[in-house]
Amino acid sequence: MRTQYDEADIKRVMERLSLRIAAAFPPDQPLSVIGIRTRGEFVAQRLADLLGKKGFTKIGLGVLDITFYRDDLSGKGAKPLIRPTEINFDLDGKPALLVDDVIFTGRSIRAAMDALADFGRPSRIRLAVLVDRGGRELPIQPDFIGLMLKEVPSDHRVNVRMTEIDGRDEIVVEPKI
Amino acid sequence: MPPGKQKYVTILRTTRLGNVDWILKIHMPHTELRWTRKHLLTLEALSPEEIRFVLDTADSFKEVSTRSVKKVPALRGRVVVNSFFEDSTRTRTSFALAAQRLSADLIDFSEKGSSVSKGETLIDTARNIEAMGVDIIVIRHPAAGAADLLARTVNCSVVNAGDGAHEHPTQGLLDLYTIRERFGKIKGLKVAIVGDIANSRVARSNLWALTKMGAEVILVGPPTLLPKSFEQLGARVCHHFDEVIGEVDVINMLRVQFERIKTSQFPTVREFTRLFGLNQERFARCKKNVFVMHPGPMNRGIEISSGIADGPQSGILKQVTNGLAVRMAVLYLVTHT
Repeated sequence: MRTQYDEADIKRVMERLSLRIAAAFPPDQPLSVIGIRTRGEFVAQRLADLLGKKGFTKIGLGVLDITFYRDDLSGKGAKPLIRPTEINFDLDGKPALLVDDVIFTGRSIRAAMDALADFGRPSRIRLAVLVDRGGRELPIQPDFIGLMLKEVPSDHRVNVRMTEIDGRDEIVVEPKI
Repeated sequence: MPPGKQKYVTILRTTRLGNVDWILKIHMPHTELRWTRKHLLTLEALSPEEIRFVLDTADSFKEVSTRSVKKVPALRGRVVVNSFFEDSTRTRTSFALAAQRLSADLIDFSEKGSSVSKGETLIDTARNIEAMGVDIIVIRHPAAGAADLLARTVNCSVVNAGDGAHEHPTQGLLDLYTIRERFGKIKGLKVAIVGDIANSRVARSNLWALTKMGAEVILVGPPTLLPKSFEQLGARVCHHFDEVIGEVDVINMLRVQFERIKTSQFPTVREFTRLFGLNQERFARCKKNVFVMHPGPMNRGIEISSGIADGPQSGILKQVTNGLAVRMAVLYLVTHT
């Protein structure tokens, strides 16, 4: 299995992902693109940008912090900093596209849907991920997948790094430390 | 946070102004610091980074209070005990509401009507409460060091909601949060804390936190209520309010704590009001954008006149609003397995 993807690969994957999404929504209708913090936020930003170039004119871009909604929260000792959820537009009655970097167990997405429900009632929620690494523990499946990594061993992590926060673009499959 | 260069991230936001959605590009500092403390007992013990961490976390909780559903499931299944061995309105209800907005279960415990009035000791009371499966004890107690004693005795988290004249950390944090919200910074500001300093835990918590964050603190009060020894804690000590009134950015008026003051410390209420009260005449000599604060409860007409307390430059009700967000942040951060 390939374990390393660089900037050019990510660019290709993002382009493919945005094409699939563009085919599924009318470009002249509102679409809320909601990234899940941390890396999902940047995937969402890039998707919104690519969709804009494909003629989408009514994109609302927001970011969701799901820390409060996680079911494994208090299991960890040290707590990272939470940033406010920022959805400064109305979600009601419009389709919402949840965006995350990697889908694994599906628990983040469950938390994200709980969180989203506290902000409004989208007409439907769809899920786009940059990488699907399998290993689901909940009946949740993405609608749009950039890259499928089927054989990642359970003691490995799929790390997505984004220039905006990590200084470079890459996807790496690494053993858990 | 590791020493060296501050890390920044670039984020985009959609904001609706008028009928147009704008995409804003924002560079913001990124912190990789993690919170590891199990208790919040004093601000003296916190590093500037930790103080900033709580304030930043409180930002997220302030956002929660603006939603239509003002509740998050972060502490679902956790139990918070509000144990107040002294009277309180603000702090007690603020902690109670904070716990409820985090979906925690809340037990309200007070000295009156409990076995404390039958002579049970603080430690025995706490151990018994803990044995019921409590996760956080919020304690207000007239004895300095009570929260610390409790933290050393029980296994659950302890949050100090005021111990004697020692510290009131959440009040200090909410004061800092309110100042930061108003000025966009804390560093470099001049903050006067005025009144009964000697008996004030609010003054001590504010002093520790403000100096750590780079503000200059001027303590103002009569010599009987403001010992010179406060200079050793890094504050400027001043016995004449009028000397400093024109140079400060923030005035934090403390309540005259009649229940703690011995008669020898305090000539008359009228004299105190004349020398240290914030009245219209003094207010007129303040900086134009001076920010007036008071931890409550106020003695209207004694340390602060009503017109100023209710005026546009008063942050008193903002302090209360922010107190909720800060306490949500604190309860969330100290929760552990």
